[in-house]
Amino acid sequence: MKILAKEIITKTEDTTITRFKVSAPLIAVKAQPGQFIVVMVKEEGERIPLTAVDKNEKEGSIVLVVQEIGFSTKLMGTLNPGDSLYAIAGPMGHATPIENYGKVILVGGGVGIAEIYPLAKALKEAGNQVITILGARTKELLILEDEMRAASSEVHITTDDGSYGKKGFVTDILKELVSPNSPSLRSGPLAEGSRANARGKLPTPNLVYAVGPIPMMERVAAVTKDSGVKTVVSLNALMVDASGMCGGCRVKVKDEVKFSCVDGPEFDGHLVDWDELKMRSKVYADKEEHICKLNEHIT
Amino acid sequence: MDSRFCGNDRAFMGMTKMKKEPIHPRELDAAERAKGFDEVCLVYTEEQALQEASRCIQCKDPACIAGCPVEIDIKKFIAQIADKDYKGAYFTLREKNNFPSMCGRVCPAEYQCRKTCVFTKKDAPFASEKAINIHFLERFVGDYGMKEKLETPAYIDERLSKFKIAVVGSGPAGLCCAGELARRGVKVVVYETLHKPGGVLRYGIPPFRLPQDVLDVEIDYLKKLGVEIRPNIIIGKTKSLDELFEEGFSCVFLGLGAGTPSFMGVEGENLCNVYSANEFLTRVNLMSAYKFPAYHTPINVGKHIMVIGGGNTAMDAARVAYRLQMIKGIEPSVTVFYRRTETEMPARRLEIEHAKEEGISFEFLVQPTGFIGDDKGYVKKIKALRCELGEPDSSGRRRPVPIKGSEFEADCDEAIIALGLKANQILIEATPEIKTDKWSDIIVDKDTMETSIKKVYAGGDIVGGEGTVIEAMGMAKKASRSIIDYLLKQ
Repeated sequence: MKILAKEIITKTEDTTITRFKVSAPLIAVKAQPGQFIVVMVKEEGERIPLTAVDKNEKEGSIVLVVQEIGFSTKLMGTLNPGDSLYAIAGPMGHATPIENYGKVILVGGGVGIAEIYPLAKALKEAGNQVITILGARTKELLILEDEMRAASSEVHITTDDGSYGKKGFVTDILKELVSPNSPSLRSGPLAEGSRANARGKLPTPNLVYAVGPIPMMERVAAVTKDSGVKTVVSLNALMVDASGMCGGCRVKVKDEVKFSCVDGPEFDGHLVDWDELKMRSKVYADKEEHICKLNEHIT
Repeated sequence: MDSRFCGNDRAFMGMTKMKKEPIHPRELDAAERAKGFDEVCLVYTEEQALQEASRCIQCKDPACIAGCPVEIDIKKFIAQIADKDYKGAYFTLREKNNFPSMCGRVCPAEYQCRKTCVFTKKDAPFASEKAINIHFLERFVGDYGMKEKLETPAYIDERLSKFKIAVVGSGPAGLCCAGELARRGVKVVVYETLHKPGGVLRYGIPPFRLPQDVLDVEIDYLKKLGVEIRPNIIIGKTKSLDELFEEGFSCVFLGLGAGTPSFMGVEGENLCNVYSANEFLTRVNLMSAYKFPAYHTPINVGKHIMVIGGGNTAMDAARVAYRLQMIKGIEPSVTVFYRRTETEMPARRLEIEHAKEEGISFEFLVQPTGFIGDDKGYVKKIKALRCELGEPDSSGRRRPVPIKGSEFEADCDEAIIALGLKANQILIEATPEIKTDKWSDIIVDKDTMETSIKKVYAGGDIVGGEGTVIEAMGMAKKASRSIIDYLLKQ
């Protein structure tokens, strides 16, 4: 639970993203892409879900990339090498099934880029053609670009303000990549069974996988809906125990209530009730604001 | 028994009559206690314990013992109290029950030993008022033992000290099994998913019923016996069952518990501020959300809180909710919706009484049919139907039958659903070879508590569904005996 290394990846006026290397030997052995871990910064802290972005079994360490967005992540940002987290547990949730899908588009928004990084590596290793779309508000907030380039066959970048890559949203690029009329990629709707002959580089993606802010994942799912391309999203619902005991993370998936922690965190983006998820994710917004304000001096 | 006092001495008669009244321990004043989480029920004074013990008529053939899931020699320990041999009483209890201080507080005695007490009327649904307050006496003795630091002697068997056993889950079953094995000299490691041990005793039962330091004393005692407790490890995720055996554990005991909350599947159930009782209680008990923002886990507290269910968890949730309203300076308004009547409520009678005293309202014979939210997705109303009691169902209780056209709405800006719990699934999912029944509970050999996997035993709520702390301990003890038998054959 000891913090072995800390590096501030980027810091702007309102956003800090930090990379921590943490000693967690058992988790380092077990963590698979798609799973998450639970961290308590202090004894009086919350249990927050985070993704192990990288791991080193030999060293017994995992890498966490944290955007200081809420009180607990800000508090984590105050820790330094040598400090210890109060608790770390996992890996939780199901791992992404890694197989050769053929062509895969990974979409990462903001700190979600860190979460698709282990997946990109694993999918590429499994023989997939990995196309990555990375999105950030502005150039300074685009993280892990080099790592993602190394783990992908093709990388597209968008920034909201056009300071780097293409101006616009990840979905602008995605539309082009999945659209049958796209000049760069001619393809038809995904036919059943095309995965089976997905030995070569198919023009149509066989899988789209998105991690990022909820509105981004929702828009990604909306873009691929008509084309029928399987779209998996990794949800970051609010949780307490993260082991299936509280139901706080429940999410409606095709009229069925699922627990993000044990049934997910990955779900079919076309079946998720996004409106409900957005609503539920704000249930403590006022409390979050209050505790952040109250502790401005320490974070 | 009145025939025993057939003399004409009126003063003597008067005294015995007085003596026969059941003795209640002192309780914190309802209005005061609802402002915080202090323990409601105080322990008997010595005098009270003696008076209550003297009410026991020491039946020749005591029925109370059969009512206890672990068959405590109730007759004997009460006689020892009457003789002021509290130490002796403590060891009598400990012979069968590892945690008398906890069971004395949380056992639903009115459905167990007190129900079979000779003073309970035949065919009563639960113990009569006159039944001996065995649970209060048990707590008196348990707390005496705690105060005097009495420790059950270990019976170390040298042959067992070379073995290592893994216990999965640190709730009542896991802690009991660990204690039983450690006292015989077996090395025990307890794995717990959460950051603190205790299971439901920690996250579920609120401190006003079971103060956390009582639990800590019991856990510290286990540690002194050499039990190692490893929190933050999820067996089935962090380590598999196979890996435990690879690490050299000879046997594994699964005390996984029933931690998966049930929902109703009605419209609006996912609106904000509709909680499962497990989430609500975990936030408050385990994560100390009532101390937010000093503690960082938040909880929302509504103005009209509805609790759905009639069990102990519903009572705990209602009373916690009421306290949160008091702490936040909200005019308290907590209502329990239960679809049968008070008689059928599975909660302990004492909890129902305490809840009423504190100001919780009850709506019986109502069945929620949905929730209505505001434009931001927060619940604002509950919809429900009124019911009447029909024919008895498989549980023997009369079934609630909704009355047509009786639908009504009530203000509700927070709802807590306490409708029971199902088995924890993580380890079961990760271990497909373990056999489970249709409720996903683990199937065991009833005599040995061994599962379908050799050398893997189970007990507590993961076997046979939701039960009581003492039932879980009964199973854990049985499993520990099987484990010891197995080890001695090696």
